Order: sequence, then structure tokens, then C-alpha cells
Amino acid sequence: MKPYLKLDHIDKSFTRGGTRTEVLKGITLGIDQGEFVSIIGHSGCGKSTLLNLIAGLTKVSAGAVLLEDKEVDSPGPERAVVFQNHSLLPWLTVYENVNLAVAKVFGSTRTRAERHDWIMRNLDLVQMAHASDKRPAEISGGMKQRVGIARALSMEPKILLLDEPFGALDALTRAHLQDAVMDIHARLGNTMIMITHDVDEAVLLSDRIVMMTNGPAARIGEVLDVPLDRPRKRVELASDRTYLRCREAVLKFLYERHRFVEAAE
Amino acid sequence: MTVHALKEHAAEMAAPSRPSEVVALPAKPSSRFDAAALARRVASAVLPPAIVVLAILLVWEAACSSPGASLPPPTQVWSEAYDLIVHPFFNFGPQDVGLGWRILASLQRVAVGFGLAAVVGVAIGALIGQSVWAMRGLDPVFQILRTVPPLAWLPLALAAFRDSNPAALFVIFITAIWPVIINTAVGVRNIPQDYRNVAQILRLNPVEFFFKIMVPAAAPYIFTGLRIGIGLSWLAIVAAEMLTGGVGIGFFIWDAWNSSRLPDIIVALVYIGVVGFMLDRLVAAVGAFVTRGTSAS
Repeated sequence: MKPYLKLDHIDKSFTRGGTRTEVLKGITLGIDQGEFVSIIGHSGCGKSTLLNLIAGLTKVSAGAVLLEDKEVDSPGPERAVVFQNHSLLPWLTVYENVNLAVAKVFGSTRTRAERHDWIMRNLDLVQMAHASDKRPAEISGGMKQRVGIARALSMEPKILLLDEPFGALDALTRAHLQDAVMDIHARLGNTMIMITHDVDEAVLLSDRIVMMTNGPAARIGEVLDVPLDRPRKRVELASDRTYLRCREAVLKFLYERHRFVEAAE
Repeated sequence: MTVHALKEHAAEMAAPSRPSEVVALPAKPSSRFDAAALARRVASAVLPPAIVVLAILLVWEAACSSPGASLPPPTQVWSEAYDLIVHPFFNFGPQDVGLGWRILASLQRVAVGFGLAAVVGVAIGALIGQSVWAMRGLDPVFQILRTVPPLAWLPLALAAFRDSNPAALFVIFITAIWPVIINTAVGVRNIPQDYRNVAQILRLNPVEFFFKIMVPAAAPYIFTGLRIGIGLSWLAIVAAEMLTGGVGIGFFIWDAWNSSRLPDIIVALVYIGVVGFMLDRLVAAVGAFVTRGTSAS
């Protein structure tokens, strides 16, 4: 079976002031529909660049991103992104932020009432319907990220891209949001790709973990299957052998074989 | 077990059922129960400027009371320009109307000229902020043109429009437009990349991007430009009207000077100052209202 999303021999380099920096080199990866894939690596390894390439926000230097066998090279709502810093528009309320996406994507195909129901359904999904009239400045960081997820989900994306979505949150809030994302993944069966630098988060959420080597010219070092049954419970997994084995494998990759060297640049 | 309990506790704390933070209203109890405190606050705001104005009037009176004084003292201004001060809206024929009408005529010109400048300025500013090439091409030209004093445009405008009223409007326009352009451009250039990414993923077209992202995101900058612009246009209208004539506060001053009615000029100056102040506050208030919530992210 052909993969749903295919990254085909992707190279990415940036040119600034005459010097060319290779960021990614020969990235090839297939992702199936409904799969949850994490991309993990040290900071600066180009994982966010990789996500931007899939989102179409950055153009590939060579190779191609194929979604359902069609090349994608520009951004679109079928590859919605949950940004690290939520990127909600501060002058709009929670409801209006989601509405901006819904009105654009479904403005011509759904009636006003249907759109309203759809917005509220997505806010319900992240348990933010109660705050629909608040502005982003009036809600907490975790709540903003929930709204960011609702906005992305409301576009009915084929693939949901999460760019270190919980990086800026405290540990407890992060755990809640991880549970929320697992719950959404179980209910909707979306294909999700998440960037992270948190090993536990990667193992807990993913079907597969893509481990990146250090840059420049980062490649995929290893792909680890996480054969844990769903639904997963973080407390039970804390002593699960498979979980611990996966966790150890990622840790070994990151801290023994591809240790982050500050002076690499 | 403890971890679980901790988690549940955290769930409670973050639970959505919890009502939003209560905003404290510190002013309410004090104003209701403590009239003396309110009186003190009002006094502390009103008294200092009142004392200063009184002092200025006294010094002025003392300085201009001698028989050979070239300028009239406040008492003379009050007695000779009494009609102008207390009846701003009398109307005794085409050239003999109250200062209120003249101010309104000037304000009307400012409204048209400044309104045009605001619309065109925001559009050009958005273009410059958005396009590197537009900036490279237009910015040097604008930097030079904006230093040209407003009245230097007037002869050219009179020649081009062959009429004084459109020429005055043009002077207002060309005076007010530069700060609007420059501030809008800076605001647009400072739109966070995050907002642009959101717009790209939603595939907003340029018109949607302009109204839904660009204008609200740059609104604080735009209103700074508008506020400077309205101040400059109020400066320019008085000077332009002195030269173009017609009904307006500027021409009134010129007319009063030609017929040696110095008290009238002084009253007109006060009117101009007060109206200019109110215009500034008006734009600032509109800006504060429109941009509420945009500063925090």
C-alpha cells in the first residue's frame, strides 16, 4: 500500500549572504493514514524546518512532499498546523479565531448555522466552549493552545501538524493537553505529525518516532515503532516494559549516538 | 496514587467550570462612600492647571495694562470680543458668522483632506510594508517629500486645481499623509510571522489578508500615524486658510489682523488650541477603542 503522506528524498538548504547552509539531507519517509508520528531531535536539527516543509510554509530545495500521491508545495488548510506559540490573533475572541478558519474553509459549503455548530463542536472537543467569548489575553497558556488545536481541527485537515505544541507549557498542563490530543486522535483518527524534544511525550503519543541526527545536513537517523496498545494511560505505562524499552532506545539515540554538541556550529 | 491525586487536583484547578478571574473594581466603593476622596482627586486634577492659567492671565494683564502696550490685556479681550466668546454660533450674513461656524468650516476641510490621507496613506503604507521593492523605490522619495513644509505645496496646488478650496484640501492631504504612510509601513513590517503563517495556511487572499490580519495587527501603529497626521493637518489648515480665504478659522485670523482686531485673534487662538486638543484626544480615543486587546498576545 502506498503511504498517505510521502516525503521523497527531501533536501533543504538556506542561502544567506552567499553562504549555503544545508539543513536537511535526503529525508525519505512514508506516513500512513491515521498514524501518529513524532519527530524528535536536538534543537537546531531542522525538525521545525521539516514540519514547515510538510506544511508548505517553506519550499523544498530538492525532492517532494506527496500527499495522496499529489505534490504539495504551498500551504493549505488540509495540512493544518498547531503552532508552538498558539498564534491566535489577539484582537479576535476564541470563537472568532476559530471562525476565521471555518468561514474561510467552509464559507461556501456550509450554512451559517452549520458553521456555528461546527465551531462549537470543535471548541467542545478541546473543552474550551465555555470561553468562546474571551480574547486570547484573558485565558491561560494551556487554554490558548487548546484553542489553537481547535482552530486547526476545525479546518478538517487531512494531516494535523503539531510544532512542539506543548513546549511552552508547564508539566501538568502539558500532561492534560497530551491526554486531550490522544483522545482526539482516538476519536477522529486524524493523521498527526508532531515535533517534540520531549522523549516521554514522543513515546506516549506516537505510533512511530522519527529520530533526527544533528545538523547541519540532518537526516533521519532511526525510526522506532512504538507497539503500545491504545488507549494509553500514562500512569500504567510508567512501569510498562515496552514503554521503557522504547524510551531507552530514544534516549540512547539522543544522548549516546547523537549527542548534541554545542560547538558544532 | 499520589501522582493520580495530584493530577486530579490539577484537573480541578484547570477545570473549565471555574468562573473567569474577577476583575477588581477598586474605584467603586471609594467613590460611593468617600466623597471627600473623590473631591480631593478632582481637585488635584483641576486645581494645578487652573492656578497656572490664572497666573498667566494675571501676568498678561499686568504686562499689557500700560497705555503704550502693543497687545490687549485679558480684560480688554473679554470686553471687546465678548460676542465671539459667548455666542460661537451667531450668523449675521456670509462673512459675519460666529467662531463655531468658522471652526466647523475648517473642521470640514480637515475631515475631507485627512480622511483621504488616512485611506490613501494606509493603502500605500501597507504596500510599502508588504513589498520590499515598493519600499526600496518609494521610501527615499517619501523621506524627501515629507520634509516639505505644508504651505510650500499651496502655490502648486492653486495652480493645479485653479481654485482655493481644493487647494486647501490638498495641502491638508499632503501634510497628513506622510506620518500615516510611514507608521503603517512600520506596523505592517512588524506583523509577526506567526500571523502570516496562519493566513497562508488558510489561503487568505490579499484582500482578506489586508482586512483580517494586516489592518488589525498594524492598528496600533496606524493610529499613531493618524494621530500625528490629524495634529499636522490642524496646523496646516489654519495657515492654508489665511492664504486661500473663505469661511474658516484661518481666514478669520487674517481678516482680524487686517482690521486690527487683536482681541478677536486671541479668542481664535484659544478656539484653535482647544479644538486641536480635542481632535488629538478623539483620534487617540478611537485608536484605544479599536486596538483594545491587540497589544497583549
